[in-house]
Amino acid sequence: MRPFRNGEGERSGLFTRRALLLAGVQGVLLSALAGRLYQLQVLETQRFATLAEENRINLRLLPPSRGLIFDRTGQPLAVNRNNFRAMATSDRGRGVDVLVERLDQILNLGETERNRLLRDLRRSRNAQPVVVRENLGWEDVARLEFNAPDLPGVFIDLGQSRDYPEGELMSHIIGYTGRVADEDLAGRDDPVLQLATMRFGKKGVERALEDDMRGRAGAVQVEVNAVGRVVRELDRTEGQPGSNALLTIDLDLQRFAAERMKDHQSGSVVVLDVITGDVIAMASTPGFDPSTFARGITQSEWRDLLENPERPLHNKAIAGVYPPGSTYKMVTALAALESKAIDPYTRLPCVGHLELGSIKFHCWLKGGHGSTNVVEAITQSCDCFFYEAARRAGIDRISDMAFRLGFGRQSDLGLPGESAANQPTRAWKQEKVGKPWQHGDTFNLGIGQGYMTATPLQLAIMTARIANGGYEVQPNLLLAKATPREELAPPPPRDKVSAPSLRINPQHMNLIREGMVQVVASGTANHLRVDGQGRLLDPSLRFAGKTGTAQVKRITERERDMGITQASLPWHLRHHALFVCYGPVENPRYACAVIIEHGMAGGATAGPIGRDVLVETMKRDPSRRNDRYRKMASR
Amino acid sequence: MSLALDAPAPVGFAEKIWRINWGLVLVLTAIAGVGVLALYSAAGGRLDPWASRHAVRYGAAFVLMLTVALIHPKVWLAMAWPIYVVSLALLIAVDLIGKIGMGAQRWLVIGPMQIQPSEIAKVAVILVLARYYHGLSKEQASKFLYTLPPLLVILMPVALVMVQPDLGTAMMVLMGGGALLFVAGVRLWMFLVAAVGAVACLPIAWSFMHEYQRKRVLTFLDPDRDPLGAGYHITQSKIAIGSGGLFGKGFLKGTQSSLNFLPEKQTDFIFTTFVEEWGMAGALVLLGLFALVLVWGFSIALRSQHHFGRLLALGVTAMLFLYVFINTAMVMGLLPVVGVPLPLVSNGGTAMVSVMFACGLLIGVNVYRDAQLPRTR
Repeated sequence: MRPFRNGEGERSGLFTRRALLLAGVQGVLLSALAGRLYQLQVLETQRFATLAEENRINLRLLPPSRGLIFDRTGQPLAVNRNNFRAMATSDRGRGVDVLVERLDQILNLGETERNRLLRDLRRSRNAQPVVVRENLGWEDVARLEFNAPDLPGVFIDLGQSRDYPEGELMSHIIGYTGRVADEDLAGRDDPVLQLATMRFGKKGVERALEDDMRGRAGAVQVEVNAVGRVVRELDRTEGQPGSNALLTIDLDLQRFAAERMKDHQSGSVVVLDVITGDVIAMASTPGFDPSTFARGITQSEWRDLLENPERPLHNKAIAGVYPPGSTYKMVTALAALESKAIDPYTRLPCVGHLELGSIKFHCWLKGGHGSTNVVEAITQSCDCFFYEAARRAGIDRISDMAFRLGFGRQSDLGLPGESAANQPTRAWKQEKVGKPWQHGDTFNLGIGQGYMTATPLQLAIMTARIANGGYEVQPNLLLAKATPREELAPPPPRDKVSAPSLRINPQHMNLIREGMVQVVASGTANHLRVDGQGRLLDPSLRFAGKTGTAQVKRITERERDMGITQASLPWHLRHHALFVCYGPVENPRYACAVIIEHGMAGGATAGPIGRDVLVETMKRDPSRRNDRYRKMASR
Repeated sequence: MSLALDAPAPVGFAEKIWRINWGLVLVLTAIAGVGVLALYSAAGGRLDPWASRHAVRYGAAFVLMLTVALIHPKVWLAMAWPIYVVSLALLIAVDLIGKIGMGAQRWLVIGPMQIQPSEIAKVAVILVLARYYHGLSKEQASKFLYTLPPLLVILMPVALVMVQPDLGTAMMVLMGGGALLFVAGVRLWMFLVAAVGAVACLPIAWSFMHEYQRKRVLTFLDPDRDPLGAGYHITQSKIAIGSGGLFGKGFLKGTQSSLNFLPEKQTDFIFTTFVEEWGMAGALVLLGLFALVLVWGFSIALRSQHHFGRLLALGVTAMLFLYVFINTAMVMGLLPVVGVPLPLVSNGGTAMVSVMFACGLLIGVNVYRDAQLPRTR
């Protein structure tokens, strides 16, 4: 060391002291770092190791494939189709313009699709994949794969989408599926419902059997990176596909019924097996195309469906409510007979109208029917007879009988959206209208007008219960249900009613049925005793029925005098045309109810449809024949 | 002043080369090697885009360092103020026209070059302070009045850097400058007053802070406040370090960094990437290498025969310490995330150049430890 000069020694002494102090401080701080390392990497390493694993490993659900739906002969009604989807992920919206531009060149997206895709990509968080296009064809798949290097983040995903081969024909019964909504989650903690690609039954059988057809999700353990992209698969457990279902519907008859109705704007046909309650056909026109829901319905399509006055989304067979009109007269007759208000020989007069105080109640036949007994009254549909019979029986007995025959309540069918319609009672009127029940109300109810409404299904149920001799059959849409591991087959045919008896005097039942037989043989529907070609029906196909014409707008006497007829009214004010029937007359098996909205006259408009559908059903006799299913299944 | 009397024999070129601290150079190269290794792993086992460029950059900076080391301190003595003025001008320029990156205005584009003037300012402040105190006697240095100019020298760049806003660099300049004042002999009571004043000013500083800076401070105080937002970085970094354990998950086997759970894994969080794979053992080796550099720095400072060299060497050492401490403490959740790279390991050109330049100055102090430097200009 050289000697210090110019106070250099003093300066360097202070520097040395302070520099060593600084070095000491730095040493302490570095030791603190080492201590922190010890804390993180030795003391707490287990906890952090677990957290790192949780970061890395992600459990993903595999959506199960949805159960299939067939008609009773094994024809497919709802199936799953492989759906090649082009999906895209973007890293926080970077470079999406270029990407969408390229996709447009390859797939011809078009203006609106391009904008939607841009919006979805910019909105998507955490690299959640966005659907570019569903249902790709092979050419599109090939083109996308070929151009893959230019399309970062685009991949092809194989999913399943629902396909309805019969489209509009089965639209109301099958319903459709859609994205899982919040209310769908209530009471269901199935985690698979959280998947974005999962679909949930929204209407019809899809909804009714949702929990059976959904199946159980599989799971796959994957390693993911920070943005959730899968790096590799670690473990996989397969799920279980949903149960398949066989419906009671006979697709060929369903098609026949819909075909037969297509001349009319709006209406419904229901065919029931009176022994088992099986719904053989249930058509409601117009229908809708369920594939629009499968691919995602647009706003304007949805608005069009909602605003259509013929209500295509509405299953009129179970949700359409109409005054039953004269088809209700069997109820009035049974109530009067069972309460002994009349007996089989009671004859009641008809002069064309009945007076109650100052009000005149008209019979449809201006001149009147003269004196009739109950069978003749049904045959001729004499209004005056039923005004009087209703008056004698009273509201309580009529409504009681109506409930027993299926009116005023939902059936056990199980389809969502079924209406109970309205069977008025004293209590009902007091509560809803705020006025006590009047005699006039009873008169109106006696001929199925006034406050009374019913669904086509309820009319079919009533007819079936009359036809089977008074057994409380319930409509049934599900013939069989089985998991994919079990055999799906219809139960053996059944010829005995298993439903409880309604305890109605068989003699009275016979009178009602005799009346209905006469309606077709000689009464208001005697034009139906021959088929469409004018040939007399085969005796084994003879059927019984009852016409009904339900008032929508009352035509006053003044209007009638001015020559206003039904046909001159606008469509929405015309009468509804109704017809109920069952057959064969000996040993009844099928019941049918037809409503043509604003069809003006039951016998003329609804009658031929009812006859043709019922005759076709009797010819095919689906309830006794399982051979067709066997053939389908063995294919 | 009689310079000729006991002036040492002029040092020859070979002697200069011999006086370069080759051991220190070796340690620095080892640290840069760790950087290449960590960047290779951060890129998922690829040389591109970081590891290869890092190696090339180190090679260039290595030449720069040796060149700087061989330049006579009198040159730096003369250049100190001009360099400082230029760095201030650049800082003002970057505030006015700089390029915005990561929410802050830090970059200045000159031709093909992108430079961060705040990196130059760090070195410039050290140079000027060393130059200033070199010219003062012990008595003068301890006087309050003589402390005002250096305070201004420190606070001007600090203010300009804060505006960018770059909290990390501002802290580094402030604390590095403070360390220099301390060893230069500023009275201790002044530090006390400054500390009290700083605490008093905290609320004001808070009001000047950007939203993201406040968030970072709050998140630092309680990382679980917002585990998916601002706290995400700290939480994920701690998970990575902690899950590394004693010996790490193995080279290229770090899940946290390879699966992108780590943010900025190639720059500010490179220490995390490295430690996840090499464990506490690797971390201690790396910190040990840095500690060696610091020890070297202190010994160079203590052995210098002139005050300028002492202060310069100590300033550089303090700056290196601050780099290492702030960065590692930050990724381990001991300090808020402020954006300070790990010298010679993090990817990034300007920081590499400024650190190697500073190391060149440090080695230069050793090469010219017995140079005669006039006290007054």
